[in-house]
Amino acid sequence: MRWVTANPGRRGSLLLGAVPLLVLALAYVVAAAARHADNPADKILPLPGAMAAAMAGLLFEPDPLSGQYLFWADTIASLWRLGLGLGIATTAALLVGLALGALPPVRAGFGPLVIAIAVIPPIALLPILFIVFGLGETAKVALIVVGVAPFMIRDVAGHIGALPREQVIKALTLGANSWGVVLRVALPQALPRLFEALRLSLGPAWVFLISAEAIAADVGLGYRIFLVRRYLAMDVILPYVAWIALLAVAMDFVLARASRRLFGWAH
Amino acid sequence: MLRLANIWVEYGEKVVLERISLDIAAGSFVSIIGPSGAGKSSLLRVILGQERPSRGTITLDGAPLPPECGPDRGVVFQRYSVFPHLTVLGNVLLGLEFSASPLTARLFGSARRAAVAEAAAMLEQVGLADAKDLYPAQMSGGMQQRLAIAQALIKRPRILLLDEPFGALDPGIRADMHALITRLWREHRLTVIMVTHDIKEAFSLGTRVLTLDKRRHDPHAPHRYGAGVVYDLALTRKRAADDLEDRAGITIDTKVNT
Repeated sequence: MRWVTANPGRRGSLLLGAVPLLVLALAYVVAAAARHADNPADKILPLPGAMAAAMAGLLFEPDPLSGQYLFWADTIASLWRLGLGLGIATTAALLVGLALGALPPVRAGFGPLVIAIAVIPPIALLPILFIVFGLGETAKVALIVVGVAPFMIRDVAGHIGALPREQVIKALTLGANSWGVVLRVALPQALPRLFEALRLSLGPAWVFLISAEAIAADVGLGYRIFLVRRYLAMDVILPYVAWIALLAVAMDFVLARASRRLFGWAH
Repeated sequence: MLRLANIWVEYGEKVVLERISLDIAAGSFVSIIGPSGAGKSSLLRVILGQERPSRGTITLDGAPLPPECGPDRGVVFQRYSVFPHLTVLGNVLLGLEFSASPLTARLFGSARRAAVAEAAAMLEQVGLADAKDLYPAQMSGGMQQRLAIAQALIKRPRILLLDEPFGALDPGIRADMHALITRLWREHRLTVIMVTHDIKEAFSLGTRVLTLDKRRHDPHAPHRYGAGVVYDLALTRKRAADDLEDRAGITIDTKVNT
């Protein structure tokens, strides 16, 4: 057997993939137990039991001040912001990317503008967004849009621009006008790429969401993490981080499955 | 039918084609051969309307040909002629959908059923009746080119342009395709202009063979002179074509034919 041609198979892959995760979890528990043996009040590496207890409070008991179940309120607020931001960014990427990619005059006119916007670090725009949109929801959603839309637009536009010239010529000889080419040739081939760009944008979108929530929010997963940091509440931070990772993996999985189902020809 | 009068194609200083004057009769099968870089594909692009000649005029039945691609001239390229996101049937339907509804480029109801029947009949002719729900990526190169031909013919083009259509195929498949294009050329009374690298193919399929090459060559400025038509041979095609069909007697195409 050679390493470069070895095929672990489906079950083997699952097993191999699970091993590092289990080793990591085990290493954490061993380290936490060692620290607690030295100092039973240690807060830096809480034991699983402590994490479960802390999370149970957030999950199942209403907050005495607001009457909300904090964990669920945080999750819903964050997912709403993320979904709205990614939804707007995806729509913009499809419309602008399609126009830039399929229509050379539009590309000549607006391509440089999109590049200019894309090279600005989005976090540098956050103060401007706060000033313009206030500290409410709009600024957080806008940060996600500003953060991921330029990348998605450029990705979709590049993909459509790189479609073989022959396809456009062929469509014209079949009686298409420019609109027909955009609608029946460019759009369907842009969609799987858009899904791919959306999957790749999930990571940055979470970064911008957590950043915005850390700076100005009163609810949200990022807000909670940064709030409890003041009390060294690792028993809340670690489960929250794990929950964020789980949500991100689930979204990626759903998008990948949807793309395969909807655009079988592209896979 | 198609008349090219003193066509020049120049890119800046570089002359690609010079003094091309041709009359192409309706129903002829013109093969264009010549060394690489002799402007075979440029000539095809000019006739297709993808490129505008720098000098000269092209007329179709006396009317100047618009320098834009349109449904009067069909084309099959060596690659990328079919749309990967559409099934075989969808690829053939597309031409009917574009002309029927410029806004949605789709057909519905009875109009769609009629179009599907027409597309299915066309697929039958090229031997793809059983493959109509496949995507191009699931098909061999030969099947893709059959599809590209069906897709172009559904528009009933005045002229069918072939740009090295069989260049990427295996020799065996290529013989099948030769029989197919010959049969379609006869049945649909097509006017075909084919660019090819394969001299044998040019002579066995064509009723007329054009050779493009440079008439003059300046070794110090090779770009100064463009290519022209150095040989223009009319062939008596009939016998050669009959031979070809006989030889192809056991292929799928002939089965579909009967």
